[in-house]
Amino acid sequence: MPIGAYSAIVPMACVAVAGIASMTAEAFRAPGERMPIGPLGAIGLIGAAISAVLLWGRDTGSFGVVSGDNFGIFVTCVLVVVGLLSLAFSSPAIDREHLPGGEYYALMLFATAGMMLMATATDLLVIFLALEVLSLGVYVLTGIRRDSPLAVEAALKYFLLGAFASAFFLYGIALTYGLTGTTHLAGVGRAIAMQASHPTPITIAAITLLLVGFSFKVSAVPFHMWTPDAYEGAPAAVTGFMSTGVKAAAFAAFARVFLAALSPLHADWAAIVWVIAAATMIGGSVIGVAQTNVKRMLAYSSIAHGGYLLVALVSGGDVGKGALLFYLATYAVTNLGAFGVVTLLESGHRPNDRVSDYAGLWYSHPVLAVLMTVFLLSLGGFPPFGGFIAKWYVFTAAVDAGNVWLAIIGVLTSVVSVAFYLRIVVMMYMTPAEERIDVPPVPPIAGAALFASAAIVLYLGILPTHVLNWAAASVATLF
Amino acid sequence: MAFPILTSLIALPIAGAILLLFVKDDEAQAMLPRQIALVVSVLVFAETLLLWWHFNPTLSDFQFVERHEWIPAFGISYSVGVDGISLLLVVLTGFLTPIALLSSWESVHKKTRAFCICILLLESAMLGVFVSIDLFLFYVFWDAMLIPMYFLIGIWGYDRRVYAATKFLLYTMAGSVLMLLAILGLAILSHTTTGHYSFDLVSLYDLQIPPNLQFWFFLAFTLAFAIKVPLFPFHTWLPDAHVEAPTAGSVILAGVLLKMGTYGLIRFSFPLFPLAASFFAPYLGVLAVVGIIYGALVAMVQPDLKKLVAYSSVSHLGFVVLGITAMNVQGVQGAVYQMLNHGVSTGGLFFIVGMLSDRRHTRLISEFGGLKSVMPRLVAVFLIVTLSSIGLPGLNGFVGEFLILLGTFTANPRLASFAATGVILSAVYMLWMFQRVNYGPVSNGKNAALSDLKPREWAGILPVVVMAVLMGILPNLFLRPIEPSVEHMLSQVRQGAPAEIRASR
Repeated sequence: MPIGAYSAIVPMACVAVAGIASMTAEAFRAPGERMPIGPLGAIGLIGAAISAVLLWGRDTGSFGVVSGDNFGIFVTCVLVVVGLLSLAFSSPAIDREHLPGGEYYALMLFATAGMMLMATATDLLVIFLALEVLSLGVYVLTGIRRDSPLAVEAALKYFLLGAFASAFFLYGIALTYGLTGTTHLAGVGRAIAMQASHPTPITIAAITLLLVGFSFKVSAVPFHMWTPDAYEGAPAAVTGFMSTGVKAAAFAAFARVFLAALSPLHADWAAIVWVIAAATMIGGSVIGVAQTNVKRMLAYSSIAHGGYLLVALVSGGDVGKGALLFYLATYAVTNLGAFGVVTLLESGHRPNDRVSDYAGLWYSHPVLAVLMTVFLLSLGGFPPFGGFIAKWYVFTAAVDAGNVWLAIIGVLTSVVSVAFYLRIVVMMYMTPAEERIDVPPVPPIAGAALFASAAIVLYLGILPTHVLNWAAASVATLF
Repeated sequence: MAFPILTSLIALPIAGAILLLFVKDDEAQAMLPRQIALVVSVLVFAETLLLWWHFNPTLSDFQFVERHEWIPAFGISYSVGVDGISLLLVVLTGFLTPIALLSSWESVHKKTRAFCICILLLESAMLGVFVSIDLFLFYVFWDAMLIPMYFLIGIWGYDRRVYAATKFLLYTMAGSVLMLLAILGLAILSHTTTGHYSFDLVSLYDLQIPPNLQFWFFLAFTLAFAIKVPLFPFHTWLPDAHVEAPTAGSVILAGVLLKMGTYGLIRFSFPLFPLAASFFAPYLGVLAVVGIIYGALVAMVQPDLKKLVAYSSVSHLGFVVLGITAMNVQGVQGAVYQMLNHGVSTGGLFFIVGMLSDRRHTRLISEFGGLKSVMPRLVAVFLIVTLSSIGLPGLNGFVGEFLILLGTFTANPRLASFAATGVILSAVYMLWMFQRVNYGPVSNGKNAALSDLKPREWAGILPVVVMAVLMGILPNLFLRPIEPSVEHMLSQVRQGAPAEIRASR
């Protein structure tokens, strides 16, 4: 079967077409007419999934800047799951808060397409373009509740800081181009390998600027300041989407740039990333303990998880890269599940997102509470849930690479993070409700998505072998 | 292929828990989940007895071994097996779970179904801990076990339950995460020496571990176990957890969970890192003796019955650790035996304290007095269990303590003589408590009309009494399967120990 030059972009094209379709559908919608726009997106995502599976193992490429290698396909598949779950959790939020459905879905799908492009791009400029595509979608989604001052503030903050970080990133690309004469990752890698073993100040500057750009996108400490505000201000469904999708895409590109192109300079950048990883784990988990808002708490939790991903990244090697991918997959499903519960607990007139709003949830909504517990325990790294295997994999990579202290910081901060996950558990199970929060009935699709997420979390924890092997096979072809 | 008896043991309670999910959760029909859980746990106990029946007591190796690949890329396998050290702990787990269920039969009346699910999942995890012979699998069960226990304390406990549950979980977890890293380190060491990752205990026993790594690994493992035991000064979580836990939780916590720490010392810390173990054993011994005396002294002044029993556990478990650090057959065998004893006697004591607390809704010693004339049967049972906990000859406690002291005396007479004061102290605090609760006039009018043992309570406490007597008069029945495995373990320690220690033993 001949595979055209365009094959590597088919997955993201499917998603982008679905995005255009939802925009068009919205435009032709009569006022008051209910139109199932969400399923259009689901069709596009499923198309992306099918094409991604067909591309597995073929190592295709398009235009020389998009690579359909297994690494990209693995992340694409994770993004498909992120997209599908986000769609399922979004529909109740859209109905409840009367958000503009067509725009919402279109933005989410365009952002997803951008994420897929970012995960598969092999050229610094295309990575930048993809970064902007996904960022613009997410900025707008953050502020989609136009009447909420909190959301507008969050979106503006996110946008300003994000634009700032993008500028850093672009400057880093410019310096890299100046050094190597190319923006293509393979070319950059060759040129850097040929240059002297001592990096020039310009090289260091280029690396640092790229690092700042990526650190911002993966919300690593100290570039995390936007995260809690943006996560709190955005609708919970959007928060779930951006806390997983953006992170997956950004880490994929991060790994491509630093572990492939810049790998000859590993010794030089590893020390910086080491410190950032440690600071991110400590900052995320320690500050998380003090939060009283569930979304902020989960924001700090996702910062801390970014730290674990950085541990995998800095450890490198086949184990580290495999750990990075497996962790991304597990984290994405778990975190989306948690935000899914947060979304379903929101009611039209109040967000119900304080920790104390969860009091007695087990007695009023036992199923939601138990599912939330599964996600929280998995985030905390308890067996038999996926989060445990993922953490174990990351720490194996760290110890294997000799980063023992990073592993020790990692396990200790995960105990700290358990302390705040438990606060929600204590509320749900062990604290009587002062006032009963009114929770709207759970729509079947969102409920099914929650159960599916919990099932995946358990599957990854009990029978991780398949996904683990895929993750390992994904890194074998690339680097 | 032989019947996978160990897997079915682990799976049976989980299956019961899943079955319970389909039972209607109804306050009016709270009996049904209890009955199902009880039937399941009795079946599990029957199966553990079957296991014992088919166990070959002359072998020191793991028996009923099952191995299946789990995560082959990292040499992680689902490997289970029992030897003489773990066999009786498995039986003990099976023995105590139905008793725990009976002990909270009436006092737990909210969310009974979830309560039973927690107990059954806890049982699976505990059995898993004792039968795992793959370190990764062991850690999975070890950590997973915390969750149901956390909920047991936190949901169905007494007033300060949230504090106690959180402390229990965080304290234990903080101790065990470093063990996870040490386990990882072992596997990676195996990767560098043999070329493939291995978490398999039997192959890791043969690994040559450099001395400096042995020290770190030993410390990481032993910290996790010392917190679980709990060894002085890591015991502070225990009184809180015990006092706040529902009776069933206390029975299982004291009866089985604490044994995981001492079991871990015997199974992992000592034979895996013999060099470090011989270096640290005297220090552990000192901590154990401090724990014995400290626990006894603190127990003596407790106004609360449950807290008294909790501190007595600190003291008794100190004996177990002391026996292990003696590193000779008597000491370790006595330690294993004392683990069983403590499970039976302290489990029984918590059950009885639970009965008193159910009747009076208080556990303060000063609230009781003269119970003997009100509930003669309960007091008679109470007396037997108390004496067994003290270590009266003819009852189970004596055998274990005697062996431990014998072993310790050979290794270190000074430690043994300090530890022996603990035996006296335990008689002091237990008998004093017993006298204040049961003898004298009925000073408090609320005690005058208390009902005696009910059939359900008989069903739970009678097996405990029978076991206490049986283990006291027929110790060889239990010691025989333990011995070959203990000797095997000691030979492993001796082979890796430095020359001067090998010569002295």
